[in-house]
Amino acid sequence: MDLVLQSIVNGLIQGGFYSLFAIGLVLIFGVMRVVNFAHGELVMVGAFTIWVVHAQFGIGYIPAIAVAIVLVTVIGLLMERVLFRPTRADPLAGLICSIGVLFILQVIATLVGGDGPSKQVPPPYHGTLVLFEMIRIPYQRVFSLVVSAAALGGLWFFLTRSKFGWALRAVAMDREVAALQGINTNKISIVAISVGAALAGLAGGLVAPLGNINPHMGHNVIVTAFIVTIVGGVGSLSGAILAAILYAMFHTFVTVYFGATIATIAGLTLMVVVLIVKPTGIMGVKVSE
Amino acid sequence: MSDQGRFNLRHAALGAALLVIVVSVPHFLKFHHQDLLIFLTINVLVVCSYRLVTLTGEWSLIHAVMLGVGAYAATLSHNHLGLEIWFTLPLAGLTGALVAALLCFPLLRMTQFYFLIGSFAAGEAIRLIWVEWVSVFGGTSGLRGVEAPVVWGIDFLDPIPYYYFCLAVVTLCLLILYRIENSRIGLTLHAIHWKAALAESVGVDAWKYRALAFIIGSFFAAIAGGLKIHYLGSVTPNQFTIGFMVFILIWVIVGGYNKFYGPIIGVVVLTIFDESIREFEIVRPAIYGGMLILSILFLPLGLESIPSKFRSWFGAGSTPSEPPLTDR
Repeated sequence: MDLVLQSIVNGLIQGGFYSLFAIGLVLIFGVMRVVNFAHGELVMVGAFTIWVVHAQFGIGYIPAIAVAIVLVTVIGLLMERVLFRPTRADPLAGLICSIGVLFILQVIATLVGGDGPSKQVPPPYHGTLVLFEMIRIPYQRVFSLVVSAAALGGLWFFLTRSKFGWALRAVAMDREVAALQGINTNKISIVAISVGAALAGLAGGLVAPLGNINPHMGHNVIVTAFIVTIVGGVGSLSGAILAAILYAMFHTFVTVYFGATIATIAGLTLMVVVLIVKPTGIMGVKVSE
Repeated sequence: MSDQGRFNLRHAALGAALLVIVVSVPHFLKFHHQDLLIFLTINVLVVCSYRLVTLTGEWSLIHAVMLGVGAYAATLSHNHLGLEIWFTLPLAGLTGALVAALLCFPLLRMTQFYFLIGSFAAGEAIRLIWVEWVSVFGGTSGLRGVEAPVVWGIDFLDPIPYYYFCLAVVTLCLLILYRIENSRIGLTLHAIHWKAALAESVGVDAWKYRALAFIIGSFFAAIAGGLKIHYLGSVTPNQFTIGFMVFILIWVIVGGYNKFYGPIIGVVVLTIFDESIREFEIVRPAIYGGMLILSILFLPLGLESIPSKFRSWFGAGSTPSEPPLTDR
């Protein structure tokens, strides 16, 4: 029972973290119709920034996260302007360009951090929260959960209450019709990629003290993001959050009982099954071509 | 393909020159470069078989894993059944075709973006099975023990004989692939890509032809995997990651995939280029990434399109405009 409860809590925390980068992928795909293969590398850049700014230069953890968010957002904006906008007519071209970015970011990270072993960032928050005398959560993970929940709440508020949010959702539904209504779709693309990249940078900042940082950590991130996006339904933000939490629970439980590789195989199989049975995902709507 | 049937003296001379070059080239190279030449020859088959899959307009991300299927099939049949390369290669191809045929049912229900992601997921799942199932596939450290035989006193582990062997196999496969593309099947695949609705309305079963392209492409990919592994001597799951898949994509796209020879130009030019920047080991992937981006932005039809661009600049007759990257 302890193990089950503990796994549920761990899954929830993991799910909040998955949501952060999966949402970014969904936003970018929804508005710009481009699969950003470099999204995992954006998270990696965020984590590396924490390592450089916080662990190497000794600047505080929270300011380091701010630096990570700004840096990754700038990278995202550059990608939109230089790569995705000129190739908008062709979704495949955007995807291929993002693969090019992926290589470049990995090399930059290798040059910055050296080719040695994975980097570690000592957790800035110590101690463990004990609930009901059986569930133990390190404060670092509590912080991660609170921040991701706050970020997702903020995003929800932005999308449903602000004018930009409405316009963004309109563009995601139908770009041409949105443009006919006088919405500046280029501006909305900039907003979408800024939000998506900022969330990826934040995710990188949150994961930095919890795991190993290396130039290739983006691979697992993108695999997870794909699974979550597909299971949740391409283009559905609430679906992505729900799928992120469900998948994180699923992955945590299978990992506890069968091991991590089996968990990923099961996740990928689940994704293929969803693609066959209900390609629009659990909360998905039909994506207009 | 308009050149088909117009076989003239110029083509004959070009072919003869090409033949002389590919036959004589290993004798001018150092040992390390002979190795590279073998892999280049095999990669030519990889890109050409991948092009067949993409003819219908669907881009799969499972091709690299299909090489792995062939490589594991060759290794296992060599280690457990004692088969030599003459039998392991066809067996590898058939295994690849079989796996592809089974995957058709889930994967080909999807198109475009979904197919891309679905094929990526299926490939990654297969690769993780090799990682996880240690007793059969040897886990991350893979399997060893497969090597080319000694026949009539010729040691096929020596690069030069193995190069000629590869050259023969790859040439044969390329001829078959070329014939397929210019046959009724190939034309139907083009039709499905450019005019899907029209093709279906005249009674073409698009699913069947997409499946056929996928199975044939995987068959040749698996043969390439077998060829590669008989030279390397060992197989690991890490040889077939998405990283290798990305290289296949780069070769095909930078070379240009509208013509049969485009991907071949891509893989040859980029391999030579790659070797020339060997000293910049760490930044090599970034140079590749930058080239990929530049070629998408400024040369979307690939290196293959440079001559026709030149011709149109200097006004030597009009060139037919090529279709755009994708027709959506």
